[in-house]
Amino acid sequence: MQYLGEHLFPGQAGHFFAVLSFVASLIATVAYFKASRTELETTKSGWIRMARVAFLVETISVLAMFGILYYIISNHLFEYKYAYNHSDRSLQVEYLLSCFWEGQEGSFMLWSFWHCVLGWVLIWRAKVWEAGVMTVVSFAQFALASMLLGVYVFGVKIGSSPFVLLRNEFDWPILSRPDYLNLIKDGTGLNTLLQNYWMVIHPPILFLGFASTIVPFAYAIAGLMSKKHEWVKPSLPWASFSAAVLGVGIMMGAAWAYESLSFGGYWAWDPVENASLVPWLTLIAGLHTNLIYRNSGYSLRPTYFFYIITFSLILYSTFLTRSGVLGDTSVHAFTDLGMNTQLLLFVLVFFVPALFLYFKQYKAIPSIQKEENTYSREFWMFIGSLVFFLSGMVIIAKTSTPVFNKLFGTNIAPPEDPEYAHNQIQIFVAVIIGFLTAVTQYLKYKDTPKEFFGKKIWIPTIIAVLISLSISFFGEVNYDKKGPGFLFAIHLAIFTAVYAVVANASYIWLGLKGKLKAAGASVAHIGFGMVLVGILISSAKKTVLSWNTTGVTPLRQEDAKERGNPAGNPAENITLFKGVATDMGRYMVTYTKDTINERDRKRYFEITFKAKQGGESFSLYPDVIKNNKGMEGFAANPAAKHYWHKDIFAYITSFQENNSEDTTQFVNRDIKVGDTLFYSNGLIVLNKVSVNPPEQSALYGNGETALFLDIAVLSKDGRRYVATPGIAVNGNSFRPIADTVTAQSLVIQFNKVKDEKKGLLEIGIKESGGITDLITLKVYEFPMINILWLGILIMTAGLIMSIIQRNRQVKNKLKPVS
Amino acid sequence: MPDKHQLLLVHFGLLLQRKREEMKKTHIIILVLIAAAIVVLISYTGDLTTYETIASARQKEGKFVNLIAKLDTTQPLEYDAVKNPNYLTFTAIDTLGNSVKVVYHNNKPTDMEKSERLVLKGKMQGDHFECKDILLKCPSKYKDDPKAQQQNQPVVATEPTK
Repeated sequence: MQYLGEHLFPGQAGHFFAVLSFVASLIATVAYFKASRTELETTKSGWIRMARVAFLVETISVLAMFGILYYIISNHLFEYKYAYNHSDRSLQVEYLLSCFWEGQEGSFMLWSFWHCVLGWVLIWRAKVWEAGVMTVVSFAQFALASMLLGVYVFGVKIGSSPFVLLRNEFDWPILSRPDYLNLIKDGTGLNTLLQNYWMVIHPPILFLGFASTIVPFAYAIAGLMSKKHEWVKPSLPWASFSAAVLGVGIMMGAAWAYESLSFGGYWAWDPVENASLVPWLTLIAGLHTNLIYRNSGYSLRPTYFFYIITFSLILYSTFLTRSGVLGDTSVHAFTDLGMNTQLLLFVLVFFVPALFLYFKQYKAIPSIQKEENTYSREFWMFIGSLVFFLSGMVIIAKTSTPVFNKLFGTNIAPPEDPEYAHNQIQIFVAVIIGFLTAVTQYLKYKDTPKEFFGKKIWIPTIIAVLISLSISFFGEVNYDKKGPGFLFAIHLAIFTAVYAVVANASYIWLGLKGKLKAAGASVAHIGFGMVLVGILISSAKKTVLSWNTTGVTPLRQEDAKERGNPAGNPAENITLFKGVATDMGRYMVTYTKDTINERDRKRYFEITFKAKQGGESFSLYPDVIKNNKGMEGFAANPAAKHYWHKDIFAYITSFQENNSEDTTQFVNRDIKVGDTLFYSNGLIVLNKVSVNPPEQSALYGNGETALFLDIAVLSKDGRRYVATPGIAVNGNSFRPIADTVTAQSLVIQFNKVKDEKKGLLEIGIKESGGITDLITLKVYEFPMINILWLGILIMTAGLIMSIIQRNRQVKNKLKPVS
Repeated sequence: MPDKHQLLLVHFGLLLQRKREEMKKTHIIILVLIAAAIVVLISYTGDLTTYETIASARQKEGKFVNLIAKLDTTQPLEYDAVKNPNYLTFTAIDTLGNSVKVVYHNNKPTDMEKSERLVLKGKMQGDHFECKDILLKCPSKYKDDPKAQQQNQPVVATEPTK
């Protein structure tokens, strides 16, 4: 059958390049492997030339696939499933790239792209190691290319192609019509949560981090295969680079969660977050043992092990997040594409041979028999690396319970408080690591003269004790929900984290005599210490500002405070009526208005905060975006007010618009000045009647005579409102001017004067359910969150400094100084 | 003549002794830390909870469980932000056909009505289930699954066109 209006060429070209990249990466792998196994210079260079050409073809193919997919998405070619599933016409240009990583295929492509980039840097710089290292990189490219094939071999589907047509994937009746494209007007769109600027930059950075862990791994494998261990020198800047990029990538994800998702925080120990954190921990362990070996000759075996395990964990995290195995435990894993076996093979095909090689060569890897000196830097650095590694193992073991369930058919679920289950362990890891980060720099490799250590260490120690004591005493860190033991651990961890910052800052002067060029490690450690301080303080002091203590809603506070209530007291939502200032702790908050932005299709709510004390006042604009993809409702995006020392963070949890027809009737009641009437939620008191009051002059015309009532409304909870309904008379005609007490859903109308002599009046009272727009809001305060973000920046800067420093050393062939 | 077993024991003892002499403090620390990690993981298993059906959760009244159920759409879902934004109650029904009233002291998760599966975390308390957290499984999560997709196919597909 001939289908109308289809663009088949891009898809065919895409398939072609997918197959080409698969074949080219296989050729590159074989050629590089051959090159790495031969000693003959001429044969070697022949193989390398061939491998480079293959890698070039591979790179071009990946770029071409990228370009074609972008073309398909940006031109809204909905005959392709990828465009239909992940984009729509209304999407802004900046989010077109986000469509790539909403699906698995696009993110594999991104990963592959970074391997290409890293591969060319390696070809340029790796010299003698090129063949060995690039064998591994090319093989990884081969594995990734297989993920994008989407072909059936003996009935088994290999990979999933992003270039498949909609009509081949689904069997909807309309898809068999030649003109089906006219019926498919739009795609299902990009998930609303991903329509955020962080989603444009977080995935590329994170995937560069993922991709870059292959370099230390590849060096280690090349070292094991060639039985040469000199790779530990070039691997150091690579490991630093990887640590910086992966760290930034993870924390960008945290920033995304914090700024755009309504999870109420930046870190939730979600399996997806854990799966990317754990390789970072083992990578840091590897980076440090690598340094130990370079400077003391110890710890080469652990270095091999950590680099192998890091990349394996990256692959394992890929398996966890993409296989759908996390379904019940994670909020943001990919969906299952039915390639679980292939994903598992992807992990095993690297992990098993690497481990096999490692244990086969274990005895041959040089190690020093003599024990490390207790007063040496290498000893404590090694302990720190080990703690990092084991902490990672504990986290990944806990995260793997769904895998365990799959394997053994059990039905283990996460604990009641999954975050605390992690926190209660990792806080002690933070204590140990913080302490080691602080003191280890003051030790020298091999042996430390005791007087040197004693002379230098006491200054930062005293400063850190003073600072952390003042935080403990004046910082109001009193998170006692988990008992005094945990609170003590928090304070202890704050001390060691502060100690890490102070000691490393002082070391730049005390140890390095202010030579900032050599201070990369110290700077990175300062940043790391700040990250710890920021995490500890902001988490321990995170407070809910929107405790619902207002009288506006008849709260079931007694329910919430009931003993044994598993719900605890999560009355964290406050209801705001449009235009009514509501009491919320330190602030009076008002929902003033909302507007719909045509461009990003978001509805922005203006919430003004007015401090009760001091003149502080600001507005926040949290927004909601209507869900797509067949979901009703909306996705909420928080807004935050940033101070240097805290963030005030608000998001909409629900909103109601009053668009229902008001069917309630006015009830007419007689009233005199001074009389009191009841309504369902309180009293109405008529204070006085005034004729043509100047305050209301806007409401009546020049020729009219106006009578206005001054009415006080007292609600049950003791709140007082004023209502001034009126009546405007012009000759024989008159018109009522009703007034509304929005917060009480009360409309009061002045009907008529019943008896002039007795002063008897008639008013109409209407109580209506849906009289006003309302929202429910959650507001949190995160103190000192900026220390965390600043810490990340400083840590990254430190790592970059040490990369530059190492590269200079490599160039000058100098013996490293630290 | 000592018998075979005794010999073996002596041999093993000698081996241990030699090992102890070789043991460096690094090794001891490694062993201690690994032991600590194992203890941590074992103690973690004590905190773990289970996935339950409504009937089995009733048997474990007062114990924190993860209930797998779905929203019973034939029963009313009660949530009124004006009255109380932190009170949601609805009826959950599981695959075995049992149903239970659920009370959740928080805001109503969006798309609750559209969800095809709920993981309710909390405790059975008397006649109702006190819920602490709700995890939704929406069909959109499986949007790449052709079966789920079919339910979401464009409206136009079911309408006869001219």
